[in-house]
Amino acid sequence: MKEMKFYGTALPGIEIEPYSGKLIVIEGTDGVGRSTHVGLLRTWLEAAGYAALDTGMTRSVLAARGIKNARAGHTLGRLTMQLYYATDFADRLENQILPALRAGFVVLTDRYIYSAIARAMVRGADPDWVRHIYGIALVPDAVLYLRMPSAEALARRVLASGSGFDFWESGMDMGLANDYYDSFIAYQKLMLKEFDRMSGEYGFHVLDASRPIRRTSAALRRSIARIIEETPTVAPQSLKAVPPAPPAHVPPIDRPATPPDILEKKSA
Amino acid sequence: MISYGHHRYPGRLFVVEGTDGSGKSTQLTLLYQWLKSEGYSVFFSEWNSSSLVKDTTKRAKKRRLFTPTTFSLLHATDFADRTERDIIPPLKAGAIVLADRYIYTAFARDVARGCERTWVRDLYRFAVRPTAAFFFRAPLEVAIDRIASARPQLKYYEAGMDMGWADDDEESFRIFQGKILDEYDRMTIEFGLTLIDATQPIHTQQRQMREIVSRYLREQLKEKVVAPK
Repeated sequence: MKEMKFYGTALPGIEIEPYSGKLIVIEGTDGVGRSTHVGLLRTWLEAAGYAALDTGMTRSVLAARGIKNARAGHTLGRLTMQLYYATDFADRLENQILPALRAGFVVLTDRYIYSAIARAMVRGADPDWVRHIYGIALVPDAVLYLRMPSAEALARRVLASGSGFDFWESGMDMGLANDYYDSFIAYQKLMLKEFDRMSGEYGFHVLDASRPIRRTSAALRRSIARIIEETPTVAPQSLKAVPPAPPAHVPPIDRPATPPDILEKKSA
Repeated sequence: MISYGHHRYPGRLFVVEGTDGSGKSTQLTLLYQWLKSEGYSVFFSEWNSSSLVKDTTKRAKKRRLFTPTTFSLLHATDFADRTERDIIPPLKAGAIVLADRYIYTAFARDVARGCERTWVRDLYRFAVRPTAAFFFRAPLEVAIDRIASARPQLKYYEAGMDMGWADDDEESFRIFQGKILDEYDRMTIEFGLTLIDATQPIHTQQRQMREIVSRYLREQLKEKVVAPK
């Protein structure tokens, strides 16, 4: 059991009580392979007998649809976008993450507040304002940051996945460059820098994501096993005894099958 | 991000605030007609009207998805869109913007719902400070009587039923409006709201409002501005 600790003011109307689950955040820039890894980790945890929940940015019941529609129109202003993300986050925190943690789940979240903060920062938001809003966030048990060495390497990975460049992931709203490639590089450079800066502030556990998926996946599993086994009361079975992780082509249970070479599924 | 009190635009921003049934919308409509007839360019911005957010709010109310925090954040999102789209551009162009409810509505409601005062104030730090903010104050009983005669059925969030203060919606509404009124009273000094006694005859209130607004009007505000769309 662990006491709930928040970055700032806790949410109104929630009971602050010890919880037995684990909140594990997988962070990283667009296209780094986060959702693939979250899917693999969930399967691995469930095979070992741990109840796992995966969630991610813009997947709230409340705001997901609204954000999707607003992004499609490309008319979303900066403040509006930042507050829409904050709404999405708060909904998932209150209705998915906290209930699952109380019930003893391992919650894997594909991004947390850090991506939202980084996006706001590179768009010139007031740092105090953004941090104050996200003061409602629970401090996670671990933040595993999948780090790519350069924006160029990231671009190659996005192209290898066959998905092409997205308007927002390329930062086209910022007017940094005239075409998607140049804009993607310029924007993701800023994002990588912002993540590096946050790495110390929030104590990220940094993992090199430029290695083959299998090796990154193994590194993630080692880190997570350490976090979970810190508290033996929640361990039904030692994670070391679990057979090696499922091969990369095993799709996450609740998602459509993905071709083996897809490293990143677009997360809307 | 330019924050509250630091915006410098040639236009003017007048806002009306007050509990439900205080008569503020009537007063704003009358002010609008007058400014128009005087030859000013006037734009209207209503609470909860952003085209990007409206549908989400409507659906969440219908399905009762809100908590105090998400209620607060989604309304701030709506307000941010209107600030970026409907409020700042006309103000930059030198027009007059009239807002039916402004950030003080959020401060009153969200705090009544249990959100922390400083958190909510900080959330709206990006707002433009109004030229003048009118608070139409009606005693609780007067406001409740007006609502009861105008609207036979109270809505779930409007009545504060999400808070579980009372099983009966009229009782819950009364408790909620009481808390909101307390917050408005506290903000009158904090933000220098212009207090108008909403029990006076409508034309008396309008005369007071026009007298105050006219202090901030200048001939150059009548020059044609290009309507931002």
